[in-house]
Amino acid sequence: MRPRTASRWLLGGLLTLALAAPWLVPAYRTQISFLWVMIIFALTWDTLGGQMGYNSFGNVVFFGVGMYACAVVQRDAGLEYFPALFLGMAVAAALAVALAAVLGSGLLGLRGQYFAIATLGLGFAAGEFASGWDFIGAGSGMVTPLYPGEVGGRESFFYYLLLALTVTTFLVLRRLYSGRFGLAINAIRDDEDKAEAMGLHTTRYKTTAWCVSATFLGLTGAAVGNLIGFIDPRDVAFAGPTFGVWMVLMAILGGKGTLWGPVLGAAVFHVTQELFWTYLLGWQRVALGLLILAIVLFFPVGILGWARERWPERFGHTVDERPEPAEGGS
Amino acid sequence: MSNLQLLFDAPILCVQLLVDGILIGAIFALAAYGMALVWGVMNVVTICQGEFVMLGGYTAYFLYKAGVHPLFGVPIAAALLFAFGWALYRAVIFRVVDGDLFISILATFGLSILLQQLANQLFGADVRTAESGFRTLFFFDGMVTVSVVKIVAFVAALVVGVALLVFLKRSRMGQAIRATAQNARAARIMGVDTTRVYAATFGLNAALCGAAGALVAMTWLIHPYLGLPYTVRSFMIVILAGLGNVAVVLAAGMGLGAAENFAGFLLGAEYQAAFVFALLVAILLWRRFWLGRTRRYLK
Repeated sequence: MRPRTASRWLLGGLLTLALAAPWLVPAYRTQISFLWVMIIFALTWDTLGGQMGYNSFGNVVFFGVGMYACAVVQRDAGLEYFPALFLGMAVAAALAVALAAVLGSGLLGLRGQYFAIATLGLGFAAGEFASGWDFIGAGSGMVTPLYPGEVGGRESFFYYLLLALTVTTFLVLRRLYSGRFGLAINAIRDDEDKAEAMGLHTTRYKTTAWCVSATFLGLTGAAVGNLIGFIDPRDVAFAGPTFGVWMVLMAILGGKGTLWGPVLGAAVFHVTQELFWTYLLGWQRVALGLLILAIVLFFPVGILGWARERWPERFGHTVDERPEPAEGGS
Repeated sequence: MSNLQLLFDAPILCVQLLVDGILIGAIFALAAYGMALVWGVMNVVTICQGEFVMLGGYTAYFLYKAGVHPLFGVPIAAALLFAFGWALYRAVIFRVVDGDLFISILATFGLSILLQQLANQLFGADVRTAESGFRTLFFFDGMVTVSVVKIVAFVAALVVGVALLVFLKRSRMGQAIRATAQNARAARIMGVDTTRVYAATFGLNAALCGAAGALVAMTWLIHPYLGLPYTVRSFMIVILAGLGNVAVVLAAGMGLGAAENFAGFLLGAEYQAAFVFALLVAILLWRRFWLGRTRRYLK
């Protein structure tokens, strides 16, 4: 029970800090809001990539679809700001889930690198498609409606909205991973053929997992579109080379297949990336490419993976993946 | 879709699109064959294929600026890229051979971002081309135009392909590469220095892409961000054609070139890139359902 209490204290402490942050450091509200976005990215990527072994480069599609869906509802529904926003978010989530269900039934039958490449193609196809479609502004993008409250209220509102989303994502995923669903997707990661032979409806579980990811990504997309205020098809909504790769990287950096790993990885990565922007202006993308290489080549186990190897006893029964001792018996 | 009517009214346009597509297709096939080679021999999927094409293009462009005819830029670009590929293997790629395929995809994706951003910083984001000074031929009363440079590029691509085949069949290193592809462990036991073979294979891949890039610079345009569509095309061609057969790779490349040209014409140029990416997803799905009927899956 001790690790559980500790984790509860940690969660409580972090939450208090997060709630107080807009008063403590008001100038950094947008940056910290993006930290929440990054955490959601990493967590939702890890549902497939870490827990289920399906490495997706295309999760950013759901983010972009959510963003556009919400913006279109806000533009065309003719409602007040907040009703339109919440209706838009609902539509965004629904559309993202529907898309995940349709795409998942086809794409999730692909294995390994084929799934990775197919989703890579999917992400870029969506970006190119969005920048050709006039209904959603084509290449010139869309502008979301103006926030009605006082100046600076927008940042605070979306800060708390994204914080709420992050906490919800974390708690929902923690609940899911601790139950039958978590065991099923871990079984798929470890040996899909065997899992299927044991009677698991693997495709159903895989599609459900993608739908869970898509829900949160769609909601996040809707909120981020309004936080930024401008939706560019290639650089914001369907940003494959940035967000699409970062979510993979953050989960790997933190340690994939763990609950806290993606959170940790997102925090470390986000701070590093902001420092790059500040101190290496112009060369920040080159530095990011180098960072990707460094993480993938030299640190593929991630922070938590490394810590788990270093101090296995600290992780208790939750992540006991060590091989059975040679003498066996019980 | 109004362009569809146009195609029926003037069927000669089909000939134009087809010829253009087939001529581009040979260049796609070069890069694709490089990818197939690395995949087959080293079990590494290279996502930085398009960036090698881009670097080859810039080599030809800068040689052109220095007064070398772009056609002579092709072998020079290939030679330079060979050295670059070799060095890259020694520095980075050797760490991902025999590993998880996803790690190799991610690592080469990182390389691709790195190379394109470096090119953007060093060469600028402008669109460039290496002027070759060839004429344009007219057929059917000027209804079909074919610039000689495209034909030259097509022939050059074929020559490079044949040279590669002869190299793989006849030379000592070529035989070692084929042996390693069949069974790396057995090759090692028989005294093949597989590390050198891997480095040479990766260098050859880069050289093929470099040659393709020089041809692209001569025939079309180059800019730092042209890479990804070439990677995706290579991947599509490899999936369709398999890892071994050069003739099938060439045919798939030409088919893809033609399909892309038709799609660009019918859907409008703004959707051409979207078509390439969507076609990749479609081909993968088609393969999956095709294999799924016999209860197999893509491995």
